[in-house]
Amino acid sequence: MPVSKDDVEYVAKLARIELAEEEKHVLTSQLNSILDHIEKLNELDTEGVEPTFHALDVRNVFRDDEDCPSLPTEEVMKNAPARDGDLFKVPKIIE
Amino acid sequence: MAKQDTHSGSRDPSALTAHELHDIMQRGEVKCTELVRAVFARIERFDARVKAFLCLFRETALEQAERVDEKLARGEEIGPLEGIPVALKDILCTLEGETTCASRILKGFRAPYEATVVEKLRRAGAIFVGKTNLDEFAMGSSTENSAFQVTANPWDLTCVPGGSSGGSAAAVAADETILALGSDTGGSIRQPATLCGIVGLKPTYGRISRYGLLAFASSLDQIGPMTKDVEDAALLMNVMSGQDPRDSTSVNLPVPDFTSALTQDLPGIRLGVPQEYFGEGIDDAVRESVENAIDIMRQSGAEIVQLSLPHTEYAIPVYYIVASAEASANLARYDGVRYGFRAADADDVISMYEKTRRHGFGSEVKRRIMLGTYALSSGYYDAYYLKAQKVRTLFRKDFEEAFARCDAVIAPTSPTPAFRIGEKTDDSLKMYLSDVFTISANLAGLTAISVPCGYSREGLPIGVQIMAKPFDELTVLRIAGAYERNRGFALRKPPLDGEGTE
Repeated sequence: MPVSKDDVEYVAKLARIELAEEEKHVLTSQLNSILDHIEKLNELDTEGVEPTFHALDVRNVFRDDEDCPSLPTEEVMKNAPARDGDLFKVPKIIE
Repeated sequence: MAKQDTHSGSRDPSALTAHELHDIMQRGEVKCTELVRAVFARIERFDARVKAFLCLFRETALEQAERVDEKLARGEEIGPLEGIPVALKDILCTLEGETTCASRILKGFRAPYEATVVEKLRRAGAIFVGKTNLDEFAMGSSTENSAFQVTANPWDLTCVPGGSSGGSAAAVAADETILALGSDTGGSIRQPATLCGIVGLKPTYGRISRYGLLAFASSLDQIGPMTKDVEDAALLMNVMSGQDPRDSTSVNLPVPDFTSALTQDLPGIRLGVPQEYFGEGIDDAVRESVENAIDIMRQSGAEIVQLSLPHTEYAIPVYYIVASAEASANLARYDGVRYGFRAADADDVISMYEKTRRHGFGSEVKRRIMLGTYALSSGYYDAYYLKAQKVRTLFRKDFEEAFARCDAVIAPTSPTPAFRIGEKTDDSLKMYLSDVFTISANLAGLTAISVPCGYSREGLPIGVQIMAKPFDELTVLRIAGAYERNRGFALRKPPLDGEGTE
């Protein structure tokens, strides 16, 4: 099923990426040609085949629910583009 | 015509392997400071053209070298990696320098923690040379997708080094480091290794902790060694492997001494040759070199078994759905809030995310995030992501059946030698197809190595790939090591000496 420019705009919103008009056109045609190639997978009958989400059979690897030190706050805050003490400052979230 | 190289016959310590250097440093024939200076001299002379490095740790490297020399002067023993220069792909968190993933969105980011593998190497006494260039967020097969610079192949500076670990591959090939680390999601260690004429090993998923490796595709990524020979790869595997409580996907399996594989020969080994990897689209020189390598292995005692991996042609579509889908989730964290680049002109937080990601990410990264988001979106999840993961099971079954009849599968690593910079950049699908031989090992959870096996008429390196069952790195190292011993011709060094800037 071909991807339209509307689809690209919708997906860009989901992915939180702003696209220039020209980028939307280029991406529409690139995604279509990649997805065309991916259509190949429909040649295969996968009825009854279990998906492989993970190459290893590892499940629920938990640690004990104990307090342990995390990253030092000040080290983490050094990378903040904008900060207010130990808080990350961002533009307005709610109108 | 290939120029003559003068570096391989020289007494320059930068031309040697880690295991050779360990011996001569222990014997007092060369000082660690001399080695580190020699490596940085190579960088100063060639890296303006090769552009393997994004940043260098010259001062700390020399300080560490002095401490190793003090230890040696006291007559103490040094470990196998102690005093050995190692370059790190800039997708690994280090406390020194920046960690950028070759992306504008992380320019200036200083990691508040170091990767487990970096910590292990540091404790083993390795000396870090610097961070190497890569395709942005490890997405690419040529290192042309770096936001900062294009790395050149030391064998021909108009050609790509491969990707995404192109900087690490070029640095090892050019003797700008002794060892390097790369990461492999769809071939990103093995393909640049083959294009640059070095050894590259992708360990089994779960063998090495991914803590501190910036995630691209969480079910596929693995860190691995990029080295001048198989023994050096085994030494790095010994130090880096093992379960890590900070990576719940790392497995609790004993770590063997991987160097023990190097004393074993080929009699008793069955090598599977898959017909799908020797069909159309392979360069004649690659076919000839790989077939010669198989012949040498047969003469050295291996049994050759013809087999089929029938789902090979579906590897690329599966990979691009799975890897892109996982990437779209992993790269959602780059939003300008807590670290990295933030767009300045946003009125509200959503607009900040959108503009930050628009200007911070390069076009290949955006393309894959868009593809992955589409594949996972409501209405398409079953048709794409779920379908791809079911086909992945069919791959695993192909290999399970193959490994009932052989101990390892042998194939070319790349269908062609290094291609020209710019040759494939306008057709992303064409670029994706260069991963055709490497992808299956990631999808099926195998381990695989690429070893140099010849050169094209233009003097460009060609490599052969050996794949084995999950956690069977010993077999891969055994076969690669035995082939190295029986290869029958000396490896060359890249003809850089005429290219240096004095």
